[in-house]
Order: sequence, then C-alpha cells, then structure tokens
Amino acid sequence: MNLNDKISDKAPARIGFYICHCGTNIAGALDVPAVRDYVAKMPGVIVARDYKYMCSDPGQELLGKDITEHKLNRIVVASCSPLLHENTFRKALEKAGLNPFYFQMVNIREHVAWVHTDKPGATRKAKDLCSAAVRRVKFHKFLEKKKVPYHPDVLVVGAGIAGIQAALTMANAGKKVYLVEREPSIGGHMAMFDKTFPTLDCAACILTPKMSAVKSHPNITLWTYSEVAKTEGSAGNFKVTVKRKPRYVKEELCVGCNDCIDNCVFKEPKFADEFNMGLGKRKPVYMPFPQATPHVALIDAETCLHFKTGKCKQSCAEACDRKAIDFNQKEEIKEIQVGTLLLATGFEVFDAAKDPYYGYGVHPGVYTSLEIERLVNASGPTNGEIVLRDGRKPKSVGIIHCVGSRDAKTNKWCSRVCCMYSLKLAHLIKEHTGAEVYNFYIDMRTPGKMYEEFYDRLLEEGVHFVRGRVSEVSDFAMSPEEEGKLILRAEDTLAGFVRRVPVDMVVLSTGLTPKKDSQTVARLFNIGRSPEGFFQERHPKLAPVNTFTDGIFIAGCCQGPKDIPDTVAQAGAAAAEALALIDKAYIELEPDTAFVVEDTCSGCKSCVPLCPYTAVSFDEVKKKAVINETLCKGCGTCVAACPSGSIKQNLFEDEQIFSEIEGVLTND
Amino acid sequence: MADKPKIAFYWCASCGGCEEAVVDLAEDILSVVSAVDIVLWPVAMDFKKADIEAMPDGSIAASLINGAIRTSEQEEFVRLLRKKSGAVISFGSCACTGGIPSLANQFEKERILSYVYEQAPSVINELKTRPQLESKGDEGHSLELPAFREMVRPLDEVIKVDYYLPGCPPTPKLIKEAVTALLTGKLPPAGSTLAPDTALCEECPRKDSKPADLAISEFKMPSGAVIDPEKCMLAQGFICMGPATRGGCEALCIKGNMPCTGCFGPTSRVKDQGAKMLSCVASSAAGKEDAEIDKTLAGIPDPVGTFYRYGLAKCRLRGKADRVPGKGVRQKA
Repeated sequence: MNLNDKISDKAPARIGFYICHCGTNIAGALDVPAVRDYVAKMPGVIVARDYKYMCSDPGQELLGKDITEHKLNRIVVASCSPLLHENTFRKALEKAGLNPFYFQMVNIREHVAWVHTDKPGATRKAKDLCSAAVRRVKFHKFLEKKKVPYHPDVLVVGAGIAGIQAALTMANAGKKVYLVEREPSIGGHMAMFDKTFPTLDCAACILTPKMSAVKSHPNITLWTYSEVAKTEGSAGNFKVTVKRKPRYVKEELCVGCNDCIDNCVFKEPKFADEFNMGLGKRKPVYMPFPQATPHVALIDAETCLHFKTGKCKQSCAEACDRKAIDFNQKEEIKEIQVGTLLLATGFEVFDAAKDPYYGYGVHPGVYTSLEIERLVNASGPTNGEIVLRDGRKPKSVGIIHCVGSRDAKTNKWCSRVCCMYSLKLAHLIKEHTGAEVYNFYIDMRTPGKMYEEFYDRLLEEGVHFVRGRVSEVSDFAMSPEEEGKLILRAEDTLAGFVRRVPVDMVVLSTGLTPKKDSQTVARLFNIGRSPEGFFQERHPKLAPVNTFTDGIFIAGCCQGPKDIPDTVAQAGAAAAEALALIDKAYIELEPDTAFVVEDTCSGCKSCVPLCPYTAVSFDEVKKKAVINETLCKGCGTCVAACPSGSIKQNLFEDEQIFSEIEGVLTND
Repeated sequence: MADKPKIAFYWCASCGGCEEAVVDLAEDILSVVSAVDIVLWPVAMDFKKADIEAMPDGSIAASLINGAIRTSEQEEFVRLLRKKSGAVISFGSCACTGGIPSLANQFEKERILSYVYEQAPSVINELKTRPQLESKGDEGHSLELPAFREMVRPLDEVIKVDYYLPGCPPTPKLIKEAVTALLTGKLPPAGSTLAPDTALCEECPRKDSKPADLAISEFKMPSGAVIDPEKCMLAQGFICMGPATRGGCEALCIKGNMPCTGCFGPTSRVKDQGAKMLSCVASSAAGKEDAEIDKTLAGIPDPVGTFYRYGLAKCRLRGKADRVPGKGVRQKA
C-alpha cells in the first residue's frame, strides 16, 4: 500500500490518535484516559491510545506499527509544543511510509497541563483541542518540502569584538564575508577599554591583531562607516542593500600617514573627540584612534570649514601626496546577495544623566566608567593620567555600581559586567594615583573563571567596599573635611548606618542597554526583541544565537549584556551555526507556503505590496499575482488580504481552519 | 399549458427592483413568458396562497425568490414554495446575502420598533400603540399580523436554496442565462452561483490603472468629489468593493463612473465579504502611525454601510449589536 501520493488526499480518513502522558507533566494535570476515550468515539478514528512518552523511541515505533497494521492515513499526537517534537513525529510518519504532513499535533502540555489547575476543566479543554485536530487532519493534503540552494556568502553586521570574531571564524572556514560597521573604524567598545578583567591584559594588545586580520583577510570585504539600509528575501537568499557614507577620503588611496590632519587649517584640535567620550579634542579631518582599522582618515562634514563655508583653502588635500582627499565623495549604495546574516550590533552604555541624583553633567568630578577607561588609557586624552577636569589628581575616588542596572526606576536587569569592570577600574585607579578607592555595591557579582579570585585580590589591595546603594552625590558639605568634595551618601547595609564619604572623583559604573535604534534594526532584519529591547534569541537555553528568522543569527551584547569571553564564545557559536547551514548547501523549505489560484485571481494586486518577504509579484502578461514559494515564509498576510479568496496556504486552508474551529466549539 | 414548466416569482423584504429587472428583460420576457407557465407573481398577477397550496409537491419547476427574510409571513411562504418547487433560486442581493434590509441587523428589534412607532420625528403616537400579532376588531372578528423577527436573514438560512443569482438587481444578461439554463436543464451543480467566480477587477476596464501599492492617505466619498473617469477608483481614494466582489455585472457602476458597492457579494471562496474588503483596505493605508491611520479612516464615515452594504446578514461577526447613532456599535452579550 502506498499512501504517499496525492490520491490518498481523497481516501476516507483512517485516523490514529495518540495522547502522551509526558511522565506526570500531562497525566498529572488532566484525565488522559478520558480524553483518549472521547477521541476514540469520533468519526474516522481507528486507533486511540495513550502512552507515557510518545517522543521516546518505543512511542514512535508504536505509531509506525499502527500505521502499517491499521492502514492509518492520518495521525494526531496530543503532547507538547510542536516547536519541540513536530519534526520527531513527522519523521516517524515518514519512516512508516506516510506523508509527514498527514499529521497534526496538539499542544496539551504548554497550552493545557501547565497553565491550568482545575483538572476537569483542563480535561475538557484537552478534549476540545484534540477534537479540533482530529477534524482538521482529515483535510490535510500530501505536501513536499522543496530544496533550494543556499548562498554561501555571509553578512556580518557590526564589527565589535563579536562581529570580528564571527567574521574571522567564517572567513577562515573559506566563506566570503561582508563585514559592515556603522563607525569609521572597527573595534567597537572593546577598542575603547584600557585593560580587560580579570587578567589585566591590555585590550588593544589582544584586539588589534584581530582587527588587522580582518583588514587583510582575503575572504573579508570590510565596509566601515556603512549601514544596512534594506534586506529582502529569506534564509539562503537574502538581498541586502548597504549604504556607505562618504568619508571624503578615498579608502583605497589613504595610507593613514596623518599628513592631512597635520596640515588642516585648524592648527589645534577643536572639536569633541567621540572616541574619547568628548574628553579630548580632534580636528575636522581625523583618525578615530591610533589603531583605527581601516587606517584611513575621514572628514567630518559637520565641522569641516570647506563643507560649512566653502571657503577653506583645502590645505589637507594639498598635503596629501596620494590625492586621497575627495570633497565630492557621495554616499554609495551597494547591493549584495548573501545566504546568512549575523547581527552583532552591540549595546549602548546607560545614559548616566537619567539618574539625576548622581550629578552626572552637574558636578564636573562625576565620570562614567567608559570615560575613566579613556583616561586610564595611554592613548587617551590625558595620555593615561587620571586627572580631574581641573587637572588635579584625585586623592579619593568613589565608584558607584549598578547605575542603570538592577534599578526599578531605570533598568531592572543586571548588566553582568559592571562589578568586574568596577573592580578593574578600582585597581587601575589605585595603581595610577594611589588614591583611596571606595566601591559602593549592592551585591558583588563575580561568577566566571578567576573572577572571584580577582575580587579577593582587590580586597587585599586595600580598596574599600561599602555594601549599599548610593542615594545621592552632592557637593553640600556638612563638616570641614567635606568642603570642596563630592559627598556620597549611602546606607552601609553591613554596618547598619548611613555613611557620608567625601571624595574628589566619582565613577558611575553604568550598565549596558539596547541600542537606541534596536527596534528599527530589528524591523529591518525582521527579528524579534525581548521586552527590554535586546534582540530575542530563538530559545534562551537551547538556541541562544538563533533568531526566529531562519538564516539570521545574533551574537554579543545585542542579545543581552555579557563580557568579552562570553561574547567571543557566542560569536563563535553563531559562526558555527551559520557554517552548518552554509555547508549543507541547500535549505529545505517548509511546505506551509501560500499560492495563488491562478484561475480565480482577478489581478487586483492587493497582495503585492503586503508581503514582508517580497515573495508576491504581479505577472504583467497574465495579469495575475504570482508567489515565489522559495521566498514565501508562510506568514499568511496575503492569504488574509486577498479580497477574492484566491490565495490559499498549505496547511491553513479554509476547510482545515473552519473544521478546527468547529472542533473547538463543538462540546459534548 | 400543462406541458410548460411552471415558474413562481416571489418577493420578501425587498424594494421591488428585482421585479423590475425581470421586466427589464424587455422583448426577451415574451419568450420567457411563452416558454413557461407562471403560477405565482404577486407584483404582476393575482394568485392566492391557496392556489399554491393546492398544487402537488414539487410541481413548480423553479421558484425565483427575491428579498431577505424578516417576518413570519415570509418564512411561511418561502417554506411553502420550497415544498412545491423542484428548484429554488435565491434572486438578488437581499435573498442571497441579506442586502440593504439586513443593515437593520445593526439594531435590536426593540430599538427599531420604538423608533418607527414612537421616536421618529414624523410620528405622533401618544398611546405608544404598536402593531399586535393578534387583535380583535370592533365587530368581534380577529386580525392577525406576521411576526417581526429579531434579525434579517438571507433566504438560504430559512430554506434550502439550489442556485443563487446575485446583484442589486441581477443584470438582464445573467437572468436570461439563468432562465435559459433552467429551461434547457443545463444547470451547474446545485449550490452554485449563476455568475462568474472571479472578482470584478478581472473585467474592470480600469484594471490596468490600479497601482500595486495603493498607499491611500485619504478616503473620499463619491458624493463630494470629482471622479476621474479613467483611473482605478481605489487609486483615487474611493472605496470600490470590486476586489472583494464577484464579477459578472460587467462593471456597470464603474462604467457609469461610480465605484462598485459590492452587490454581487463575495466569490465562492470568501465567507465574509466585508471582512475581506476591510482586511484588504486596512493594508492599503499609507500612514504607519496610529494618528495618520485614524485620519485616513475618518474618510469612511459609515464602515458597516460601506463594507457590508449588501452582506450584513452574512457577516461572520453576528451578535446582537445595538448601534447608538453617531456613537458606533455597542456589542451586547
């Protein structure tokens, strides 16, 4: 008997129904035999069984045996979420010679057992859902998965340490990688750090070799100062439009000699330097930082005299013997075809001004941690000297943890890195200045290899620790020793009283937040976000680098706060997941796609602009809509919108859905 | 006479336009009249209910029934015709999908009666007298009136219907084709609608001028605007029901430079015409923010009357809706 053909669509349904106990997960919450017996009486049901674990090998074998013995042609399994085991059971059908789409799964675990406490009610709901599935499965049709080639090239968005690591991993595996970075140089936040915890190795020393490797890698096309403007298509076949902003310096000619900068009409740097958090100055033509990659200068049109007045003598262009300066450079649009997208767009540091009681922007002695990173750094604005804005060396420094983290007023989450980097900064400040350093913390969170040991080391170094959240930073002196100081007020929860600690410098350990434009970016790539705004992984534990959109992976802090080791590990994982798809060389398309019933389409074009995957087009000769099934993701938008009902969707045809609704509503 | 097939025409909640449409067959009506034996046609001929009751069951070849069903009298008569007829044809929008009368389904029966008999500006009824199902006359005789039901229903929710002939009214061409098919016995499978099953856009002379992305920022009413005679109505911002409406009328209204109002009802694949058109139009608004969309939608002051002008009785979202004028629909449990 061959059930695997289209003729069996019409054959009378012989349904096998299986209800899973899932140990006590399901069986403990509802009356499994009652549901089994209820379904057994439904028309078309030949076999109805319950089993302890349907997903186990014996469970699957039971299903296969029944298909053969009882000539079953439709199967319903009531168990857990289809997300977990739909594929398992479809494979079991296939193994028994039955088309895998003659199958319907009912989720009576997550949708019933886990969300109800009333057993009779839960049993009734399970019966309704099972009855719906049994009615619907009769209308299931023979379907086939299609295979389409998977484009081997990859686009990595964001070139911080996550993007760099992922790009290098895939490029080393022989894949062609496009690496797009919004800023003029790659490196991200890591390039701004001085030392890294807990080993205290210099961030630049470990990062710049990777940056150079990216630049020189034959398989990597690096586009900095560029942004993705548009994505179309789906896994295996994305079309991406990248906008390259003009830097007014020809990248292929510039060798980074800095002659243009030296000869700028501005003799002294005058404008706030972004890379140094505004603590230093730069000229309109500048190099973001000494190890900037690509090592190419750029001109900031906002401050450049030529762009502002048109009356500059263009001494920079004259000074360039390679004629690399090009004031007429225009934005460039690049269109590329790739199979995989890997997003590593990073994070933003919490805006300390949102916690006004800490006086950031009010008291000059209050700094953010990232500003301190630049002050400590040898290539920073003070060449590595920690000095206050007035040039004084601080004799005492207070570090406030959890600014914009673990705070009901701002962000609830723990940013995971602040405790450790605060310890690192405490160490560096003490080392550079000999100042007394006070750490104000809520809880000291140091999980990680050698992290707790680092904390122990700091305790021995004589850094002070006060367990308590600082309520305010003020310059209101209540005693002579507080005069001219910033006073941190906090309840020392271990000592049990309120402390006032006068210091010269305050460091706010600001947390990590989603990028301000994370929603726009999520829409651009059609991926989801979790409630706080970081990109949503497909599964928090089992698919941490996947998204709900096939072929799009995430790595690093765009998914949530994490430190460098975790970021690098995640980038590697995302690269490996991407490679797994690429090396398979094809992608199997789920058959739940939409199709136009050509005879009845009136050619009204209502569906054409709606498709989020640009799968619908209009055939100008036939005057009918056409759906490219390799692009269709089965979202159903066009099906709902077609005003004459001429678009159908496999597995979601009207008769299937209406019979399902009837099943839910028909109660015994 | 005895050899000719017997035909009955009947009307329920309707305006009489469908009757006009039969007369509109012009000279063709003569061939119809000569080919059949009309046993019932209240608008034109004097037959009584008793005449029909006296006929053997199934002896009428076909009954063409127009109008929606609101009263017990209509129910009684169509049930009688069903019993006596071989085929029943649901004739016109009201019989097929409820038509204009079914717009009354926005209001509860009580609200309708109290408005008509008590509140309407032209009514003076201090005793609040309402028609009674039964009343005694002065001379002791009793009078009976049909019951006024809760809702307006299409014909096929009262009796089994064999064929549907849509339109407000059906066009002479389709009537002729239907009658010819009846007389020659060349009928499609029972349950069919005797009109094409593609949407109107297919036969619309303005089809090519419809852009793929309508991006409508303003909806206009035909009454207050100049209508371009060449360009797609939707592209001009007029709600044209064409994409969600069965073709077959040869775009009569469009050719008269008015947008389609949807009288042919949905295609066989669509269960709820208004919902379909709403879903289609909702996707065509140019604005992306709520405020812009609200502004655009304000151009459709009467959505129910626009999207369900002929089909409210077939709307899937049926419940007891009670509409307070100017305040939208308040759904009752």
